[in-house]
Amino acid sequence: MSMKILVGCKRVIDYAVKIRVRPDKMGVVTEGVKHSMNPFDEIAVEEAIRMKEAKKASEVIAVRCYSTIQQETLRTALAMGADRAIHVEVPAKDCENLGPAQVSKVLAALARREGASLVLLGKQAIDDDSNATAQMTAAHLDWPQATYASKVSSCDGKLTVTREVDGGLETVEVSLPAVVSADLRLNEPRYATLPNIMKAKKKKLDKLSLGDVGVELRQHLAVVAVSDPPTRQAGVTVDSVDSLIEALRHAGRI
Amino acid sequence: MISLTRTSLRLCNSINVRLQSTLVFAEHDNKKLNPITLNAITAASQIGGDVTCLVAGSSCAEVAAEVAKAVGVSKVLLADSADLEGFLPERLTPIILASQKQFNFTHVIAGATALGKSLMPRVAAKLDVAPVNDIIAVQSADTFVRTIYAGNALQTVKSSDPVKVISVRGTSFEASSAEGGSAATESLPLPQLDTTQSKFLGQQLSKSERPELSSAKNVVSGGRGLKSGENFELLYKLADKLNAAVGASRAAVDAGYVPNDMQVGQTGKIVAPELYIAVGISGAIQHLAGMKDSKTIVAINKDPEAPIFQVADFGLVADLFKAVPELTEKL
Repeated sequence: MSMKILVGCKRVIDYAVKIRVRPDKMGVVTEGVKHSMNPFDEIAVEEAIRMKEAKKASEVIAVRCYSTIQQETLRTALAMGADRAIHVEVPAKDCENLGPAQVSKVLAALARREGASLVLLGKQAIDDDSNATAQMTAAHLDWPQATYASKVSSCDGKLTVTREVDGGLETVEVSLPAVVSADLRLNEPRYATLPNIMKAKKKKLDKLSLGDVGVELRQHLAVVAVSDPPTRQAGVTVDSVDSLIEALRHAGRI
Repeated sequence: MISLTRTSLRLCNSINVRLQSTLVFAEHDNKKLNPITLNAITAASQIGGDVTCLVAGSSCAEVAAEVAKAVGVSKVLLADSADLEGFLPERLTPIILASQKQFNFTHVIAGATALGKSLMPRVAAKLDVAPVNDIIAVQSADTFVRTIYAGNALQTVKSSDPVKVISVRGTSFEASSAEGGSAATESLPLPQLDTTQSKFLGQQLSKSERPELSSAKNVVSGGRGLKSGENFELLYKLADKLNAAVGASRAAVDAGYVPNDMQVGQTGKIVAPELYIAVGISGAIQHLAGMKDSKTIVAINKDPEAPIFQVADFGLVADLFKAVPELTEKL
């Protein structure tokens, strides 16, 4: 089967970092802060590679759109096992407004250009927490979508996907081409080994401009302000179950 | 002169308000309305203007009758078709687009559930607008507040799109009253639905007698400290005493102690109960994102350095295997 898979890789502030709001209240401090691949995207990359290893896919293409700098996210995907990578260069001035509305258009155009039959993305990026790019990419392509996947199996041009939903799990079948977004429990991403990191340096990484993919970006949302969430009052430590019950009674919670 | 300006301002405002009209996507299981729809109706009322509810499903007339009674709803649109079994976004999207085209809504809103978050962005892309997911406040008809970075920052965004497509965090808006309204229901002519792209095969829902996690008044949650699925029994007993729902941290879900739909956090459920009892949970950023708006937080953990104590109103440093049974006993 010659199925090409496109996987999206976003570079975000590492999940373990305690973020700080910028003094100008227009964003968070990103300079000098540890970044890494969005954890959900790692899961998407892993799933794509497993599909290739199972001979269900022929090629895995990792994609990222941002300004020119920092290609390490794509190199990580290549070191994990992606075949090649595409960096879509977005003018620095547009990166401020780069969100799912813009990225989904680029991904849809790339999926067409590369003849991909599956776009695999993380269910959400842990920075903007939007949870929208996969759904929007599917809409632009008029492809079916299977979001929050915890299990994917393919057979005869169709995917059977178990999805994590509010009350439990549900199973849907989508015909290919399709867009799938990965939930936490889809798999456990592998670590890139040193030899693979070295090999990844030789893999092809194409740079494309927005003009190459034929997409014009438009601004939809403007950030008016970013602020700290309200802080909670300091609590008290109680020394026994009895004093805990007493405290909860006093607070009217029980 | 000043009073004149004020009056004309007020006039402008009321005209502006009248120009808004919102479509609320009603979530349900074909029998009963998902209560988060009532929170979404409140958000729609804050935007101002008419609120229309869309009930789409298969044999879901009962739900339409239920929504029609909700306070704040002026009209109910009913799209009933066997093809809507399983609520597939590929089939719901054209229905929402058809109603949008017919009535020119300025806002399309759903609860930020697994379905709402999966559906709204697809609708938004078809309208060539940017969706705003999981809002916690409405500042004006085009400006909304949402959380970013696992709830560690609040972002206010202004949309310049002609149609605002939004999902609403249920715990951030009061539920609109379920009784007292009397909206008229009309059937929506169904557009052509493509049934070849996707198929609903079935669901495996977790059964529980306890209150639903996202809307429960009290929540008892367990983490890795519970050590096994069997030990969650301790929490179930405590929860039953408090009429509480039971949640879990990601560690407990990943370890297989409990199913994933019990996960509270950035990528699980967001809860804001009156009382949240975190048992054997360290309090990672990702977990706090899902519960830190709870009114009162209790932490029971044997590690006095656990970050959960920094957000807890009442912390008890103790072995949960002793403290939880004692607490259950004494309540």
